[in-house]
Amino acid sequence: MNKPLDPAATVTRAEVEDLLYHEAELLDSWRLDDWLKLLTDDASYYVPPNDKPDADHRFTLFTVADDIVRLRERIIRLKDPNCHAEFPPSHTRRLITNVRIIGNEGDLIAVAANFAIFRHRRHEPPRQFVGRYRYKLKPTDAGLKIAERRAILDAEELGAMGAVSFLL
Amino acid sequence: MLDQPSKNGHSNGQLIVEDLTNLTFSVHRKVFVSPEILEDENRAIFDKCWVYVGHASELKNPGDFVTRSVAGRPVIFCRDRQGTVRALFNVCRHRGALVCREREGNTRQFYCIYHGWAYNTDGSMKGIPGDDAYPPGFDKQSKGLVPVPRLDHYKDFYFANLDPNAVDLATYLAGAKEYIDLVVDQSPSGRMEIISGVQEYEIKANWKLLVENSVDDYHLVTTHSTWLNYMRNSGVNITPAKGHMLPTKGFGKDLGNGHLTTDNPNYRGRPVAKWISVYGEEAKADIDAIRQELVGRLGEARAARVADTNRNLCIFPNLVINDGSSVTVRHFTPVAPDLMHVTAWALGPVEETEAQRARRLHAFLTFYGPGGFATPDDVAALELAQKGYAAWREVPWTDLSRGMGSSQEQLATDEGHLRVFWRKWDAMMNGAPA
Repeated sequence: MNKPLDPAATVTRAEVEDLLYHEAELLDSWRLDDWLKLLTDDASYYVPPNDKPDADHRFTLFTVADDIVRLRERIIRLKDPNCHAEFPPSHTRRLITNVRIIGNEGDLIAVAANFAIFRHRRHEPPRQFVGRYRYKLKPTDAGLKIAERRAILDAEELGAMGAVSFLL
Repeated sequence: MLDQPSKNGHSNGQLIVEDLTNLTFSVHRKVFVSPEILEDENRAIFDKCWVYVGHASELKNPGDFVTRSVAGRPVIFCRDRQGTVRALFNVCRHRGALVCREREGNTRQFYCIYHGWAYNTDGSMKGIPGDDAYPPGFDKQSKGLVPVPRLDHYKDFYFANLDPNAVDLATYLAGAKEYIDLVVDQSPSGRMEIISGVQEYEIKANWKLLVENSVDDYHLVTTHSTWLNYMRNSGVNITPAKGHMLPTKGFGKDLGNGHLTTDNPNYRGRPVAKWISVYGEEAKADIDAIRQELVGRLGEARAARVADTNRNLCIFPNLVINDGSSVTVRHFTPVAPDLMHVTAWALGPVEETEAQRARRLHAFLTFYGPGGFATPDDVAALELAQKGYAAWREVPWTDLSRGMGSSQEQLATDEGHLRVFWRKWDAMMNGAPA
């Protein structure tokens, strides 16, 4: 190939925003099987530890570090009424802003966004999860797919957020 | 006068009632809700026991430090410039501000931002700005950071004690030492390390509920059925053993002095050293090699003890070392009667290869931690229990009678090992030494 690939040049920020907003709607409405369809077959999902937000999950203990196998298992769990931390499912509302295409990573498009997720459950205080997303998106014939998503929390510790039992 | 725990039991105002006639063991739920009892616990238990501070591996180099809360006190756990491990109250001698605000780091001094008093890493006084204003008798050199009254370690696990007269750590740990050994023996050199990345979170429940939960195998089948499903899908046989609730027949053990453990034949994957399919085919030979090293170093019997059992160890009052799908070091501190703060790390042999370390961390997250497949449901269960205790006056007694009167060894699904904790708790709340 003579010319280096520039996948980021093939999409607009509006297309990326459409994907992220669609994803947010699927997650907030707990349409988790539909959400899985947004992912590539080798997708991964990370929540780094609060004290090492930029670390590598192979050397550092994360809060969540799912490969696609475990991610599918996580969805099985989240749909199970015996997933006590999330049954009935939490009411979540995620506000996604500051969406930017920040470059290429090989054949993937690197995307940044900010999030504020509000979680409400009976018997529990309202909880807020605030931070930034880092996505790696893959252009395919079927449109953009999520190859990697990383939810990096701003808080110094999970603290009053408690468990991360739903998908950030 | 409190209600009676059972028809024939007599509580006489006691909070823990062990009825050896009717074979019941009852805990009054006031112990989970009362601010006065928490205050008593802080004085009678946390100020008297050896409480976990940190691990030597967190202080690799001279000048390394981490800041910790020990029995509610701010403490700097550090290795001074000469290499000695220390635990110093993180409190300026002048007006009391914290002299170290960072979570961790490496430093030549601890420095108070208020008036600039500075301390060496061994705690000794380094400098006081404008010290010519102090009167002639002012002994500047005596104004170093105050060390915790007692600091000692067992195989790199450091504990502090606020009571200068406490028994030595080795005596205190009693039978728990043998179970720490089973963890440490996983390293060819006997050196384990805390892996970077800490999990810190709150549970809106009384701290003692996490002691119970950490070693209670009775709840596993109901609370963690989604985890068991995941294990089954990962190549683990989760069929209960004949006559038992879990795949293997495990035990709950009294280790003396309030310490307790489960001790279960392994049925799941273990980084040291039991392969399951979720690790991937490429890991099989590696796990075999780990096993062979273990056998060569320790012999067949000891290797099997280390590699083929899972143990959830509770060191009184608030340290838990789980050796199962991975190894966790977890301690928890009461903030209020209905709120605890949990801090958890992963622990692994220093010799691990990158692939082995990655496998250990992957395995950790299958079960443990706030994003794991099991811990969030434990949190849910504990918080529901705490909610229920709002009716502690009307529904006052918690029942911990499973296995009482049995002539057999207590099972991990019994509550004999939970009763070990509560007897020690009760004794110390009534003035017994640690």
